[in-house]
Amino acid sequence: MIQIEGISKAFGGLRAVDSVHFTVATGGITGLIGPNGAGKTTLFSILAGFLTADEGRVVLDGEDVTGLPPHTLFHRGLVRTFQIPHEFSRMTVRDNLMIVPPGQAGESLGHAWFRWGKVKGQDRTVREKVDEVLDFLNLTHVADELAGNLSGGQKKLLELGRTMMIDAKVVLLDEPGAGVNRTLLNNIRDAIRRLNQERGYTFCLIEHDMDLIAQLCDPVVVMAQGQVIAEGPMTDIRANTQVQDAYLGGGVSGRGVSAMTEDDVGKRVPDGDAADGAPEDDSGDEEWRP
Amino acid sequence: MEMDGLLTYGVFFLTQAGIYAILALGLNVQFGLTGQINIGIAGFFAVGAYTSAILTTNPTDAHLGGFDLPFLVGVAGAMVTSALVAVAIGRVTMRLRSDYLAIATIGIAEIIRLALKNEDWLTNGVRGIPGIPRPFVETLESNSPLISLAVVLAFVVFAFWMVERARVAPWGRVLRAIRENEDGVRAAGKDVTRFRLQAFVFGSSLMGMAGALYAHFIGFISPEAFLPLYGTFLVWVMLIAGGAGNNKGALLGALAIWVLWSATQFLTDALGAEYATQAGALRVLLIGVLLQVILIARPQGILPEHGSGGRG
Repeated sequence: MIQIEGISKAFGGLRAVDSVHFTVATGGITGLIGPNGAGKTTLFSILAGFLTADEGRVVLDGEDVTGLPPHTLFHRGLVRTFQIPHEFSRMTVRDNLMIVPPGQAGESLGHAWFRWGKVKGQDRTVREKVDEVLDFLNLTHVADELAGNLSGGQKKLLELGRTMMIDAKVVLLDEPGAGVNRTLLNNIRDAIRRLNQERGYTFCLIEHDMDLIAQLCDPVVVMAQGQVIAEGPMTDIRANTQVQDAYLGGGVSGRGVSAMTEDDVGKRVPDGDAADGAPEDDSGDEEWRP
Repeated sequence: MEMDGLLTYGVFFLTQAGIYAILALGLNVQFGLTGQINIGIAGFFAVGAYTSAILTTNPTDAHLGGFDLPFLVGVAGAMVTSALVAVAIGRVTMRLRSDYLAIATIGIAEIIRLALKNEDWLTNGVRGIPGIPRPFVETLESNSPLISLAVVLAFVVFAFWMVERARVAPWGRVLRAIRENEDGVRAAGKDVTRFRLQAFVFGSSLMGMAGALYAHFIGFISPEAFLPLYGTFLVWVMLIAGGAGNNKGALLGALAIWVLWSATQFLTDALGAEYATQAGALRVLLIGVLLQVILIARPQGILPEHGSGGRG
């Protein structure tokens, strides 16, 4: 479970994330939606340790983890993926995943030089795990392909695969469905659902595809202009007028602004007519006077 | 003379190529695997050479020491000192993006060279350090250059083994991933800064090893031997020509470019004394042009990085 307590982050004068509070419940799939620029990805970066918050706390399973570096958070089971896949292009798909398991002996030069047997043994175990993950994601046929040659959707799956290489507690998925065709999108959706149901992964996912959100997520948190403006099941969110305005208009205050302009225009038109008419009337009056 | 001229030349030629091969392997750890742009190779090369020289020469008032220690102690000391310098530099620069690291290292190498030139008490300044013993001269009671060649080649094999093993191990896998996408490696839970520092220090200590071998082979060192052209840019051309990321490529590149560089020596000699200055400048120009041609025509080098998984 992650509790987000009053997180704020400003870039110059822009408050990208503005006192955000919400909770990602254990065992659930929480959706995070909102128009572009709402601060969703910035919030993810803060949660995963890639950015430091100006204010507020992040609590992971009761422990304050605010400001810890990404690798420490990773070891505590908090993993993220990226909106734009961060694959290692000139490495094979298999090697992309073999990187992930923590504490591999061969990551130390001493072991690489003097304990080669142990390193090779561990590598075999890791390789089996990778094969299992590739199988789960239907990526076995591209295991020896360079990751840079994968399609956009396959790269998204690979991002998801990275989170499966450890026993993640909480996975933050940044737009797992963006730019992915329907078939692959269904694969991704099923993978997320199975990981949640069969392996007990907790997810928080950012997504613009409302169908995907509706199928997977409960609750859904809506952000706009750095703030949480609504939270609840998708049916309630759909009915929420503030949310509708946030997507259609310019954010939280969008409704007020557009309503005012319409009123102003409505008023100005008759005013203008009257003003235009006035001089004629006046001049007419003057003509009549003499 | 115990060997005829051509053979002597061949031995000298191969010894120097071997020293360059070790430099190229060191750079391959930093650039080929990790993507670090170190333009201060000459600095680590010089630190290694001076360390071993000071450790192994006879006691003198001219510079610090000498301590009259065995050759192997000199080489080990050279690697340790270069590694320590790399740790100090790395702690400051490892957070920099690669292009900033390039600027920092080029400056640091020049600072090292100027310090060697000016700190008389330590290095005997511009007069340099003479009388650096050839390897195992006393043990084998022979001063043959063939022994130097054999020793250098043994060190090439040793360095190659260390670097190749590190490359195929999970350690090298993490480094290659850092080169591809740093944030991706962070998201995979690795301490990127620590790995980059390790690669920088490991590569630099190999450069120090090469420096020590150079000092013992030539027998005399002065700051002028560590100009960026010889110490840094030739090594870069070698690695890029041979194939960055591929250790066999580093060896091949070192040999090929050293052949080319030596061949131009013959050509410029043939031009005669009156054109000596211009010819020297032309050789440098040639290296620059060659680098451009390689980068445009075959950026992956003669032997490209092992595509499928890098475990060839």
